[in-house]
Amino acid sequence: MATEAPTLRRTPLYEKHVALGAKIVPFAGYEMPIQYEGIVAEHRAVRGSAGLFDLSHMGEFVFKGRGAGALVDRLVSSDIAGLDVGQARYGLLTNESGTIVDDVIVYRTADIEYVMVVNAANIAKDRAHVLAHLTNDVVFDDRSLDTALIAIQGPRAAEILASKTSADLRGFPSFGVARGRVAEVGATLARTGYTGEDGFEVFVANPDAEAVWDALLEAGRDAGIKPIGLGARDTLRLEARFSLYGNEIDETTDPVEAGLGWTCKLDKDFIGRDAIAAKKIAGPARKIAGLFVEGGVARHGHEVVGGGEVVGRVTSGTYGPTVEKNIALAYVPTALSKVGTVLAVRIRGKDVPATVVRTPFYRRVTE
Amino acid sequence: MSTVPNDLRYSKEHEWVRADGDVATIGITHFAQEQLGDVVFVELPEKGSTVRQFSSLGVVESVKAASDLYAPISGEVIERNVKVIEKPELVNSEPYGNGWMIKVRLADKGELNQLLSPTDYRSHIGETAGAGGD
Repeated sequence: MATEAPTLRRTPLYEKHVALGAKIVPFAGYEMPIQYEGIVAEHRAVRGSAGLFDLSHMGEFVFKGRGAGALVDRLVSSDIAGLDVGQARYGLLTNESGTIVDDVIVYRTADIEYVMVVNAANIAKDRAHVLAHLTNDVVFDDRSLDTALIAIQGPRAAEILASKTSADLRGFPSFGVARGRVAEVGATLARTGYTGEDGFEVFVANPDAEAVWDALLEAGRDAGIKPIGLGARDTLRLEARFSLYGNEIDETTDPVEAGLGWTCKLDKDFIGRDAIAAKKIAGPARKIAGLFVEGGVARHGHEVVGGGEVVGRVTSGTYGPTVEKNIALAYVPTALSKVGTVLAVRIRGKDVPATVVRTPFYRRVTE
Repeated sequence: MSTVPNDLRYSKEHEWVRADGDVATIGITHFAQEQLGDVVFVELPEKGSTVRQFSSLGVVESVKAASDLYAPISGEVIERNVKVIEKPELVNSEPYGNGWMIKVRLADKGELNQLLSPTDYRSHIGETAGAGGD
């Protein structure tokens, strides 16, 4: 965007990305690697073996104190009160009108300590939102600028990480979180991710990021681990049908139409609960549909056409390297969201056939 | 293989032309495919249609984005590369070979003089003259 942005920030791994030959682009106020070797090769490495991601631009909010659990439970749509120490959960920050401020993962890291990971582009907005609801029995600490986040994702991620950590990964549950050492430095490890594969996210202090990055790349070399840029991060998440804030969800969309009703625990009190409950009863007028597009690549903002009329818009679209098809997500009227419905996407003025399909487009095989 | 072969002419928009009699083969350069990244879709004009020098000819889409193709030369399309439509990754792997786009019957051979020589194209993309590699 041609805004007069202040100087872009760099993560503690910036020099590593440059040395690895990354193409660097501005993203959410940071200079981030969009790709190294190429999006398709990186995407396939994650599906077939393992990939390493620098996600240090993302925000980390720490809530401590007697009231931390109650506050986060009121801020977030999902069942935070039900988290045990060592568990994490996906959820939404919502506002009183029941639309989406951000999507987050909340980690209960200690009895009265919760860590919320928020989208990089939303850090300032989310911080203001949290501060507006802060209670005096909670200490809030925005650690975004001094926390590095490295994700290792893919079928061989656990085995590679296991060779470099003190934590026992065999019994480590999905959405579990624990303290441990990685490459000899203190870290928080979580079995979470955004790719549709098994994998871990490792939080460390900025000065320790290079040691962890180098150790995991080295440990994964024989397995064919690759560094992964934001380009493949997007194709991976889209195949797995994970929402991206700013595309599928924002402050004009509600969880029900976004297909995130399952993250809303309506039998508890949280900000926006009443509005969301009403939307659920009324039923959504539009829904996100998954599309296979034939004869072009649908992109964010393209119009969706049904019966000769514009009926919706593409929120995300790409070529899916694993499904080997052009895939897209789009808001369409509920009546046109059924699997098998034939619509079209208007690409450069031409209506290209698009069929509603079941999502996720890709689901990993688990034994 | 050189990244800027010496037997071709080039446009500033990174298309190449191989003229053989009154037939010209058109594709995009190694530099262009590298900038685009993984090519996943190619849209080309139908056989029998005409293209005009420096006007839009089709579209190449990579995973990241769509880019217009411009005709480096005018003429009638006598063949389009079906292989590259079916396997767009040929644009990345063989930009000067099986990744070609269309063949046209030249309308005006004089137009070739408005294209860049290999040396000029190398300096256009900031490559040292004669270095050939990357």
